[in-house]
Amino acid sequence: MSDTSLISRTRYALAENRMTLLAAILFALLIFCAIFGSLLAPYSPLMTNEGARMQPPSWLHLFGTDSLGRDIFSRVLIATRLDLGMAISAVVISFVVGTALGAMAGYWGGWVDAIFGRVMDTIMAFPLFVLAMGIVAALGNNVTNIIIATAVINLPFYGRFARAEVNVRRDLAYVEAARMGGNGAIRILWGHIVRNILPVMLVQASLNMGWAILNAAGLSFIGLGVRPPTPEWGIMVSEGASYIFSGEWWTFVFPGGALVIAVFCFNLLGDGLRDIVDPRRRT
Amino acid sequence: MIRFLRIAGKRLLGAVPSLIGVIIVTFLLSHALPGDPAVLFAGPAADAASVAQVRAHLGLDHSLPQQFLTYIWQLAHGDLGQSLTTGQPVMTDLVQRLPASLELTLVALIFAIGVAVPLGIWAATRPNSWIDHLCRGTVTVAAAFPTFFIALLLVYVFYFLIPLAPEPVGRLNDVYFDAPTTITGFYLIDSLLEGDWQTFGGALAQIILPAISLGLFALAPIARITRAAMLQTLASDHVRTARALGLSRHRILITYALRNAMLPVVNVLGMVFSFVLGSNVLIEDVYGWPGVGAYAVKAVISSDYAAVQGFILMMAVLYILLNLVVDLLSMMVDPRVRFEG
Repeated sequence: MSDTSLISRTRYALAENRMTLLAAILFALLIFCAIFGSLLAPYSPLMTNEGARMQPPSWLHLFGTDSLGRDIFSRVLIATRLDLGMAISAVVISFVVGTALGAMAGYWGGWVDAIFGRVMDTIMAFPLFVLAMGIVAALGNNVTNIIIATAVINLPFYGRFARAEVNVRRDLAYVEAARMGGNGAIRILWGHIVRNILPVMLVQASLNMGWAILNAAGLSFIGLGVRPPTPEWGIMVSEGASYIFSGEWWTFVFPGGALVIAVFCFNLLGDGLRDIVDPRRRT
Repeated sequence: MIRFLRIAGKRLLGAVPSLIGVIIVTFLLSHALPGDPAVLFAGPAADAASVAQVRAHLGLDHSLPQQFLTYIWQLAHGDLGQSLTTGQPVMTDLVQRLPASLELTLVALIFAIGVAVPLGIWAATRPNSWIDHLCRGTVTVAAAFPTFFIALLLVYVFYFLIPLAPEPVGRLNDVYFDAPTTITGFYLIDSLLEGDWQTFGGALAQIILPAISLGLFALAPIARITRAAMLQTLASDHVRTARALGLSRHRILITYALRNAMLPVVNVLGMVFSFVLGSNVLIEDVYGWPGVGAYAVKAVISSDYAAVQGFILMMAVLYILLNLVVDLLSMMVDPRVRFEG
């Protein structure tokens, strides 16, 4: 892939698809909130205020306050780091581990491949959210385990993809040439094969991010992982759910809306990246 | 036909390794973890003596392979252990609640397929028109809404703000309706079998919002794969021939193009099932739905480990069965799959 074609395709993707541009802007905004959120928040996310309970949105409290008088805007803003952090960590883990295992299985074949295939099949045999729930329930209720569970259920997506991509390349002429040149298996895998499949794998990763966010927030929503009073979008939605029949909509709409924006952004970004890297797969 | 049965049998056998894998994983999740499973099973309120008792009762003082054999033995007898919260065998609890979840899941799937497939076809007949963009935009936005959030939003808008939907109190509001006699366990079918239209209406009104919340996420993958597959078949030679022969638009679209486009659509259903089954956990509580998902959430919160484990195993088995049905369906839809074996 030459540089000019990459640039022109990027320009094409951004110009043709305004949505990708929107996604890029949203992405920048999310990252900004994740990094500077705690500096920008007007209130402390944990500070309760008996005198200001359940206030609707106003200039003083942009997103209103919750049942303990905490400022929802500050909590939503600060939660960005935790929610994105959990999803990104999980995606990075499953990306690295999945690609490495899948590449080895695809390259060596044989029993390595057989075991790899069995393990991936077993993970895929569960409804994925249910497996994640089981992992967190068994390993213990904390953020690290949410990340582990989310990484495990996403492993097959990367593993199988990498395996298939490596499998079609391992006997191609340029790989054969590298082998004849005396390169070892690891060097060929990393230097010649994996580097070539990295762009498509990265597209997978960005398509996967939205799902990872939903998964981590869903686990918190049902009371696994993140504990109150930590600000986290899923937990805030679940706390706000109690006030749905008394009409205090702001308690769950704003954290839920933050989730929607984050997931929407990563889904669009993934689509846009795919159009740039691998236009044939467009659906 | 014999060929079909032979390959169907092969697929059935193919599910066995998955089943074994699932059983091993659920065993490992409960028995071979850091931390003490006896403490987990005994629950949060247990003292040292009752933990020791649970340890002996569960056979946790034996070696791991021995424990595994005991586990298999119990499974073979339908014994999933005792629930701490309900005091009943987990198996009884799950079987009692399963029809509610299954009914909800199936209605959600019917909603998702019934909306997404026509949407995909519509978009494919007018590629790059505003309709195409609108379809894509709608399903992309729908896919960004967390299931639990859309559930709350729907209740808030259609019950609290505009009282169109009934109170979210589960499968039937028992102030106005009596549950139909159990035949299939599905309220919608049972009430019809009894000819009780009022109860049917009541059950239908209750299930609409949760089914939409559950199915909404699935619109995007189904609609997009339908569109892509339809575009491909609509551009194919046999459709062009059909057009040249002057066949009706409807016939070309449905008989010639759609049938050929169904295989990728059926294949994506596996992923959709995985999602919909898993999401039961997230929304049943919101709607007071008395299903296995709400049961599992309660079990997780109260550290009722046997119940959680039983739930996971049952969902996995259910998912394997659903995938088997999808496999058989795709064999019926597409002869290419039938002969590849």
